[in-house]
Amino acid sequence: MNKFKSLLVGAVVAGLGATSAMAQEKIRIAFIDPLSGPFASTGNQGLSIYRHAVDELVNKRGVLLNGAAEFEIVPFDNKISAKESLIQLQVAIDQGIRFIAQGASSGVANALTDAIKKHNKRNPDSQVIFLNHSAVDPALTNDKCNFWHFRFDANADIKMDALTDDIAGNEDIKKVYIIGQDYSFGKAVAAAAVRFLGEKRPDIEIVGNELHPIGKVKDFTPYARKVIASEADAVITGNWGGDMVGLGKAVMGAGFTKPIYTYYGATSGITANFGDQGDGIVKLAGAGQVNPPLSADAEAFTTSYYEKFPELDLGQPQMANVAPMLAVAINEVGNADDVKAIAYALEGMEYDGILTGKTVMRESDHQAIQTVTVQGQTSEGLTFDYDNSGHGMIAETIVELASADAPTTCKMKRP
Amino acid sequence: MSTASKTQAVSNPNRRLISLSNLLPWAFAALFLLCLPLIFQSSSALTIMNQMAITIVFALSYNMLLGQGGMLSFGHAVYMGLGGFFAMHVMNMVEYEGLWLPLPFLPVIGGLFGMFFAFLIGSFSTRRAGTVFAMISLGVGELIAACSIIIVVFFGGEEGISGDRTMGPEVLGVDFAAQSEVYYLTVIWLLIATVLMYLFSRTPIGRIANAVRDNEERAEFLGYSQRRVRWMSFIASGFFAGIAGSLFAINFEILTEENLNLATSGSILLITFLGGVGFFVGPIIGAIVFTLLQTVLGLYTEIWSLYLGILFVSCVMFFPGGFAGIIAMHRRPLALGKLNLLFGPYLKVVIPALTSVLSLAAILEISFHKRHSFGDDHEMSLYGITFDSHGYQALGFTIVIAAISLFLVSRILPSIKAAWDEANHAGDAQ
Amino acid sequence: MALFLVNILDGLVTGLLLFMLCSGLTLIFSMMGVLNFAHASFYMLGAYFAYQISTITGFWMGLLVAPIIVGVFGAAIERYGLRRVHKYGHVPELIFTFGLALLIEEVIQFFWGKSQMAYSEPEALNFAAFAIAGNSFPAYKVFMIFVAMGLFLTLLYILTKTRIGMTIQAALSYPETVQNLGHNVPLVFMGVFGVGTAMAGLAGVIAGPVLGTFPGMAVQLGSIVFVTIVIGGLGSLWGALVASLIIGWLQTFAAAYNVAMEDILTAVGFTKPENIWDHPLQDLWTLTLPQIGPILPYLLMVFVLVLRPQGLMGKRET
Repeated sequence: MNKFKSLLVGAVVAGLGATSAMAQEKIRIAFIDPLSGPFASTGNQGLSIYRHAVDELVNKRGVLLNGAAEFEIVPFDNKISAKESLIQLQVAIDQGIRFIAQGASSGVANALTDAIKKHNKRNPDSQVIFLNHSAVDPALTNDKCNFWHFRFDANADIKMDALTDDIAGNEDIKKVYIIGQDYSFGKAVAAAAVRFLGEKRPDIEIVGNELHPIGKVKDFTPYARKVIASEADAVITGNWGGDMVGLGKAVMGAGFTKPIYTYYGATSGITANFGDQGDGIVKLAGAGQVNPPLSADAEAFTTSYYEKFPELDLGQPQMANVAPMLAVAINEVGNADDVKAIAYALEGMEYDGILTGKTVMRESDHQAIQTVTVQGQTSEGLTFDYDNSGHGMIAETIVELASADAPTTCKMKRP
Repeated sequence: MSTASKTQAVSNPNRRLISLSNLLPWAFAALFLLCLPLIFQSSSALTIMNQMAITIVFALSYNMLLGQGGMLSFGHAVYMGLGGFFAMHVMNMVEYEGLWLPLPFLPVIGGLFGMFFAFLIGSFSTRRAGTVFAMISLGVGELIAACSIIIVVFFGGEEGISGDRTMGPEVLGVDFAAQSEVYYLTVIWLLIATVLMYLFSRTPIGRIANAVRDNEERAEFLGYSQRRVRWMSFIASGFFAGIAGSLFAINFEILTEENLNLATSGSILLITFLGGVGFFVGPIIGAIVFTLLQTVLGLYTEIWSLYLGILFVSCVMFFPGGFAGIIAMHRRPLALGKLNLLFGPYLKVVIPALTSVLSLAAILEISFHKRHSFGDDHEMSLYGITFDSHGYQALGFTIVIAAISLFLVSRILPSIKAAWDEANHAGDAQ
Repeated sequence: MALFLVNILDGLVTGLLLFMLCSGLTLIFSMMGVLNFAHASFYMLGAYFAYQISTITGFWMGLLVAPIIVGVFGAAIERYGLRRVHKYGHVPELIFTFGLALLIEEVIQFFWGKSQMAYSEPEALNFAAFAIAGNSFPAYKVFMIFVAMGLFLTLLYILTKTRIGMTIQAALSYPETVQNLGHNVPLVFMGVFGVGTAMAGLAGVIAGPVLGTFPGMAVQLGSIVFVTIVIGGLGSLWGALVASLIIGWLQTFAAAYNVAMEDILTAVGFTKPENIWDHPLQDLWTLTLPQIGPILPYLLMVFVLVLRPQGLMGKRET
């Protein structure tokens, strides 16, 4: 009957619905991220990590329902637009997919979590789970939290906690300049930086705290001049994509030689663009680590990733946890259809992440607690480089189970 | 400045506004639209059809400027977006402040706000047509899109604002939770808006808009203020754009900066032009084709927007009348009773033409795969065939096919041209 | 004061870069009456071509060759695309160039993908020319200033002192008469379009390393280029220069000084509400100058168009 229906719908949404003759049950995960347009490199990188994790950690090992089932990642291009994401969500649900993965852009994640909440309420027989692998706006696991949303990345606050630990430990830093993109994420980063610095090192002076229009600044030189003029000892920024490259190059080009703390200052061409200039300057706070490898297993996993995807980078280690953790939950429930039970199984799950160490999906707000590292750009001692540039990020400060006791304002309503 | 659209939209003015032959197509369209959900039941198909309907209303309202008024706007998304944002706020007022407003009437509100902003901005932007108008529309568009990020209270920043359409009073026991209920609401508004816009193009002001587009001075001599006429069309267009925006709010329950920005304004220009600016049905065809291209082609290929770009540029170069123009070209042979002359040549060309398009697309797909596939992923499947994209056989094979089919097309073209001339010749048949 | 000086210089670089784009655009407009929406796309093509060439032969060869390739490409577009559309009128021409801009962006992504290219300034210019109060000024930016100035002077010389320039200026006002005098006006058009796009290409070659070489670079600059020539007055070379510099400085200084609305409002006598994040006017209170910097040019353009539709130094409308 499913087949018949998909034939009918075929005229409009054909293509992906028809799966070939299957020996094993295919459990599909819809991967909704930008796969075309300016942010396609982000989406493609995530897709590659998902595929690799599914192959290496689930399908090849035959762990899903004792080998009776396999995961399949079904990519959907949302063109980083909220509207397109909602349409693709609808298409995925119609194809019978019950697991929705997304991560690029907190704006889209906000739209999706809202839409999924409404959908699950209105259609109790086709409920879906939202696996958020990299949208880090803290609100998603605080004020806007809901039962169906699970965040696998460390949120902006957690990353800032680790990042400010690093700053607090550096006595040379007396003045900090905070700059970010003018939207919810940039504001969240700035607020967290001010809060944590105030707690940990009240003596540090915040000499600049400003927001610039997102994606609209052609030349960051005037901002770089302000940074230099403020005599800051460190810069903190949540910028990503073109705004990260522009800001980094301008600040370093203006003669800044002190640390620049970032969230997304690596991969997707950024490391290659910073090149020699960025070594020893660019720092990045993120979940998990690639360099140095956590274990022999992790090294083998990363090596085979780079064999398969030499032009991409394993830039978001926590993404490798999503499918395997979902597999554990499905195994616990015994089938992939009882979505609500699977969501309950995910809650509070403890898991040994291949690149993120011990990982816990916190029950109170569905925020993954895992190893968070502050990494520095270098060209020495790397096992794996980024952008094939000879430069890469190496973990310098490692915080296990970072922010496990961080408060949350989430009041989860469970069905 | 004159425009290119050699419109035939202004038909015989003596015809009565309402007659059976006029009503018949509308009745058919309505019946067809109301029956569609019986064929396409899945909610994604309904979502896509809703999306189509919204785009149709938006494109028709855009064509009130471009096609009927000769005003090229690069910022029309502003009126749809603002209408939508206001509708969304009203929807939230229904939910949180107990405002009594049944959902089906929401588009009126959005429309009025769209109209209000068109009134404001039009008061200075429509003073002149042509390049000045285009540039002001671009500037205002960029301004308001940028403001949407800055004014968080109203626009919600980059997250946008969302609402819940089911919170209003029920209408005839319907709470609009299901996608099919929303579809009927959208379709009814689509019909209302389309009929109203059609009637507008038949009113004196709609006709004078055409006159102003074709020759500003002559219209002035006739005693019409060209500026006033443009302003009126602009206001009306803003109203319908606002309706489209409210329908968007109802369907997607979220509005973001994307609804206001230049990309959206640009794509509505593209849609309208592809469909054909000189014809009332043009934007309708454009909206349907574009939505299908975007959603369906997007599922199959990563480079769908490249195809879209090629299609658009070749349309501007070779068929400035758009799809509707191509169809309308056949009106004369039809009237002369010579349409049958064209069937033969068309039938002959269809297979080689299709083959050349498919093989040219295959060349692009294979080269793209070769260039951008990951690592050792040489395997590629196209049109149901799986092969190695990095070898020269596949590429060579498609190039040969493309060359042969293009050659065949070029051989058949003269006979089409001859048949075309013959079919358009008013003399005796044969 | 030192910072002010640095900002003057930075603004000059931005402005002159804008001018390199605007001069070609305004030249094309004054000759052919076409507002080339795809102008910034040729700038992008210049950067990508130069990047590709620089990976093989180094930066300097790219600087020489890439603008020529872009110019030839531009001329071909004029000959086989624009000329065809020309007969339909100005609006379809504008739509054609709009479509062209979309298409070029797609084609760039087709060949080079979506990531930022690692295109950087040549080693020979990779040092700080001088420093003002700790702010180093890269030698590459000095080089940019010289290239742009050189271009402007060359252009001015050609247009006012040479025979070709005279013909161009004449064809501008009286195309039929010029044609009757035996000049090949279509050829002049093609040449002007080629040269105009080559200039955009040159701007791309030298801006690519500083502003980044990525598929969005054309869109990022596209509409600002329009705004500039509209403010300066369509068809006026001097107007383009003046407007470019105004916008360069406007954007630099807007980003450089944190003038906050809060200070202004408090100075006027209002008091800041206690809980600002729940206040309906929160956005007004928290507004700063750098936030609105990028929209200032658009605001300026709307004002100019409403008050003086021919632009600052333009002689004619539309």
